[in-house]
Amino acid sequence: MKYVSEFRDPDAVKSVLAAIARVADALGATAERPVHIMEICGGHTHAIFRFGLDKLVPPGIEFIHGPGCPVCVLPRARVDEAIQLAERPEVIFTTFGDAMRVPGTGKTLMQARAAGADVRMVYSPLDALELARRNPGREVIFFGLGFETTTPSTAITVQTAAAEGLTNFSLFCNHITVPEPIKALLDDPHMVLDGFVGPGHVSMVIGTHPYDFIARDYAKPIVVAGFEPLDLLQSVLMVLTQILEGRAEVENQYARVVPEHGNPVSLAAIADVFERRPSFEWRGLGEIDLSGLRIRQKYRAFDAEEKFGIGYGAGPREVAEPDGCACGQVMTGRIKPLQCPQFGRGCTPDSPLGALMVSSEGACAAYWQYGGARLPVALS
Amino acid sequence: MCLGIPGQIIAITDAARQMAMAEVSGVRREVSVACIARDPLSSLIGEWTLVHVGFAMAVIDAEEAARTMEALRDLGEVQEALDAMAETAAALEQVQ
Ligand code: SF4
Repeated sequence: MKYVSEFRDPDAVKSVLAAIARVADALGATAERPVHIMEICGGHTHAIFRFGLDKLVPPGIEFIHGPGCPVCVLPRARVDEAIQLAERPEVIFTTFGDAMRVPGTGKTLMQARAAGADVRMVYSPLDALELARRNPGREVIFFGLGFETTTPSTAITVQTAAAEGLTNFSLFCNHITVPEPIKALLDDPHMVLDGFVGPGHVSMVIGTHPYDFIARDYAKPIVVAGFEPLDLLQSVLMVLTQILEGRAEVENQYARVVPEHGNPVSLAAIADVFERRPSFEWRGLGEIDLSGLRIRQKYRAFDAEEKFGIGYGAGPREVAEPDGCACGQVMTGRIKPLQCPQFGRGCTPDSPLGALMVSSEGACAAYWQYGGARLPVALS
Repeated sequence: MCLGIPGQIIAITDAARQMAMAEVSGVRREVSVACIARDPLSSLIGEWTLVHVGFAMAVIDAEEAARTMEALRDLGEVQEALDAMAETAAALEQVQ
């Protein structure tokens, strides 16, 4: 954890912290009756812990960690399907490294690779395409993962494969969207949320308007934020100020990177290649309407689900979470990782039960890495 | 995966496919500039961009690039991206 004096602009950080304390006071926020602010993005969760921002803000402000880690919300059934694809002898299965250690029902992609499956980590979907060009005798599948930040890259990769007439490349599409799970959380009567810090890099693609419903229909403030400590604190201050002034608006703290209407080329590529699935399963959250993307008919030749007869519609998909695992509750901010009975016992980074423990953006990994591990050790 | 990393465009490598060479923390990597393409493409040379999984997604200024780089370095994301780029080289070379 960082001390204020180590930040790039310590005076600015101090003055924002002082302003946050004043507004929190004016709101009467206390540790017993805190203001609940959800940071949606897993990158923000990681930053909050890494920089110790949760300790720097007054006790009347509570960060609720949102479902914004695409690897963490990947259901076990989808991991199982990825492994099934990877185990086909003709297949080279390509994936971002983040997905390698996510547990499926029986094993992880890492374990499948150790057992002989040809699983390769790539930095970009373009690398998967290059593998397809170089290996015409093999089927190259890319494990498409992520929110709107990575969706355009996958979309453009599929367009390129189509333009080149590649026949040995396909996409196992697990792309998901940010606004729909937020709506699901807001519709949940048990959730107490006073405002949101919105994801910066997702918004770079989609702009700020997809969040309008949060302000308009649910009367909650949301501020799109960057990733530096000062960005995050300023955004918290903006959320608190809206609450104090009785406003609920979409504000953009990260305007230097996030255009109001997003990135037009990216949005056009997404719209060309993908359409919404009627619903998609989120680990811990269940099925959420319209929250996942699939490949449009015109690109069906590049859809691994079609090509290999796997995925939605191809068979029964009920896969329960392991006993005592509280991933879903942590993911929706109902409990903190330390309150999960498995934290540090059945579930550690070396032998994870849930994906939240292994993704760099997972809340449990953040607690573990930045001090949370001490508590269960002391308890045991 | 979700956070972009600043990269400076140093050359256009394939104008038709909208590909460019970017330098990310001292490492060179070919990236797509389709999402930030403008006419002429060569006017991107020298610009700082935010690179996500091999795609330049936004043009940013040098100051923003430096600030972002510092935050990402603290988060361990720079090393993660560089490791992923290195992994890729291995994945491409592996013959079976
Ligand atoms: S500690 Fe493990 S089982 Fe518990 S919520 Fe976190 S990832 Fe899930």
